[in-house]
Amino acid sequence: MSELLQFVFSGVTVGAVYALVALGFTIIYNASDVVNFSQGEFVMLGGMTTVFLHAAGLPLAAAAILAVVIAAAVGIALNKLAIEPARNASVVTLIIITIGASIFLRGVAQIVFDKQLHRFPSFSGDAPFVVAGATILPQSLWVVFGAAVVFLGLYGFFTRTLTGKAVLATANNRLAAKLVGVNTNFVMTLSFALSAAIGAVAGVLVTPITLTSYDIGITLALKGFAAAMLGGMGNPFGALVGGLAVGLIEAMTAGYISSSYKDAAAFIVILAVLFVMPNGMFGKTSVNRV
Amino acid sequence: MKLLDSFKATVAVLAVAAVSASGVPAVADIKIGASLSQTGPASFLGDPEAKTLQMLVDEINEKGGIKGEKVQLILYDDGGDPNNGRTFATRLVEDDEVVAVIGGTTTGTTMAMIPVFEEAEIPFISLAGAVVIVEPVKKWVFKTPHTDKMACGKIYGDMKARGLTKVGLISGSGGFETSMREQCLALAGEYGIEIVADESYGPKDADMTPQLTKIGNTAGLQAVLNPGFGQGPAIVTRNFKQLNLQVPLYQSHGVASKSFIELAGDAAEGVRLPAAALLVADKLDGSDPQKAVVVGYRDAYEKATGKPVSTFGGHAYDAFMILVEAIERAGSADPAAIRDEIENTKGFVGTAGVVNMSAEDHMGLDLSAFRMLEIRNGDWTIVD
Repeated sequence: MSELLQFVFSGVTVGAVYALVALGFTIIYNASDVVNFSQGEFVMLGGMTTVFLHAAGLPLAAAAILAVVIAAAVGIALNKLAIEPARNASVVTLIIITIGASIFLRGVAQIVFDKQLHRFPSFSGDAPFVVAGATILPQSLWVVFGAAVVFLGLYGFFTRTLTGKAVLATANNRLAAKLVGVNTNFVMTLSFALSAAIGAVAGVLVTPITLTSYDIGITLALKGFAAAMLGGMGNPFGALVGGLAVGLIEAMTAGYISSSYKDAAAFIVILAVLFVMPNGMFGKTSVNRV
Repeated sequence: MKLLDSFKATVAVLAVAAVSASGVPAVADIKIGASLSQTGPASFLGDPEAKTLQMLVDEINEKGGIKGEKVQLILYDDGGDPNNGRTFATRLVEDDEVVAVIGGTTTGTTMAMIPVFEEAEIPFISLAGAVVIVEPVKKWVFKTPHTDKMACGKIYGDMKARGLTKVGLISGSGGFETSMREQCLALAGEYGIEIVADESYGPKDADMTPQLTKIGNTAGLQAVLNPGFGQGPAIVTRNFKQLNLQVPLYQSHGVASKSFIELAGDAAEGVRLPAAALLVADKLDGSDPQKAVVVGYRDAYEKATGKPVSTFGGHAYDAFMILVEAIERAGSADPAAIRDEIENTKGFVGTAGVVNMSAEDHMGLDLSAFRMLEIRNGDWTIVD
């Protein structure tokens, strides 16, 4: 029993990170139909910038907030410098641009920071809580809590605010949104800033547990993308469920079957789901009227 | 115009002929090649290695080179990718025409490069750990780091001395870890060790509590051994502490650097690992033959780069110095002569230990080259 609980704790911690990455994917996808493959690099930027600002003498909280702001600025720059000039290009081209951006960001991080692994102290110490024989780190609770806050914030933003609705409108039909007075350029920029900030928040939250280095983004982007696909691309709730599901599948496979099959199991489940439900668990089936 | 061109060409040909006739090679530098993983997952190994080589080449050229000939280092970054390694190996041989090669930061890149150098008959000194590089012996291939097999032997020896015989393995899935796991499994019987659990994790995994929970629940478990390098061992150590497993944890020589203690934090207390003398340069006995070498290299490296020294840079130091001594003894830059002299290396005191090579042993280190360390109060303590 405590074994199962331990696996659940492990799965939820890792899954919450995947969910945050998947949420980042969701926002940009909603605004532009583009899957931003540099999403993992924002996680790296959040963690690495915090490490270096903290090492430079800033208090941890200030370093973390500044790191999120910096990542958001990088997100805006990415949109302004790379995506917007190519706005009339096809979606595939835009996706390729984001892959290029991810390689570029990784390269810059190697030079600006370094190639070593880093971490900074956990927010509330390293003494684990013991729950029914299983243990969980306080930092894991921070990650789960952070993912929940981000999700609720986004949910509120999209359903309760005019700007959020403008994003949804742009997602739905860019031309129509423009015609009713939505500044679609601003919506795009906002989406990039938002998703970069969410990625950076994830980086800040997990670095004490998972460590960080310039190249952690690739794996995270892959897993986050898988989670987003599983949940249904474009659906924030789907991203949350998809992320947690991928994390739990991994932990259970590692715990009960073999850790060698952990990654494979997650992808097989995703393929199986997509085979039955091509739009993911919570994706909308879209119909094109002619 | 045409006439002028052909005149120029003739002069050029004559000049080259004159130079070769006088016996002086057209390029006087001794070209030494290297393919290292300065970037990629093994960059924390390759980076200090590359810095070490560059530092040593500068140093030797300042002193006038090897027997008056300058050394030129041709360095490629293979990013830890075996395919790149192979490409660069071919380029070093065919385009750069090097006389010897240092490198192969990882076992994967090394194994990919070996066939190129064996075929081209160029001596190659690898900086990677796995025993398969030099066992069976390949004519042109040498290596400087301790093997994973030796590390297992050292660890098992320590476990036996502490009466720990039932061991759980948790290993990474990279080349080094896979090789070390196999060596540890093969060697267990010899030391009377029983492997009661055997789990693995991916090189980028962020959480190993499921695997460790499984190992922790194994009946009769007395110790856990983690062959690994990179971020994995630091996370394993932290997860181990989180789960409060009450048995000793052993790490491999793959994590022997200060950054491991920093990354693992308090969880590193009590962790034991085998390591080279370089790591504990200050704590060595004054009578230790390695003391002068390791302290000298450490001070030079830290002065040149401003970064703390690591065992991995030490492997490059050993390889370069063995090569330089071999070229000096050979008295020529002929690859075959250099190879023979590398094989004749006897009593070379390096950072990894005292090296005695032979036709049957292209590494030349024994178990005495390893020190058993325990992490106490965030620092290394020599326990054996």
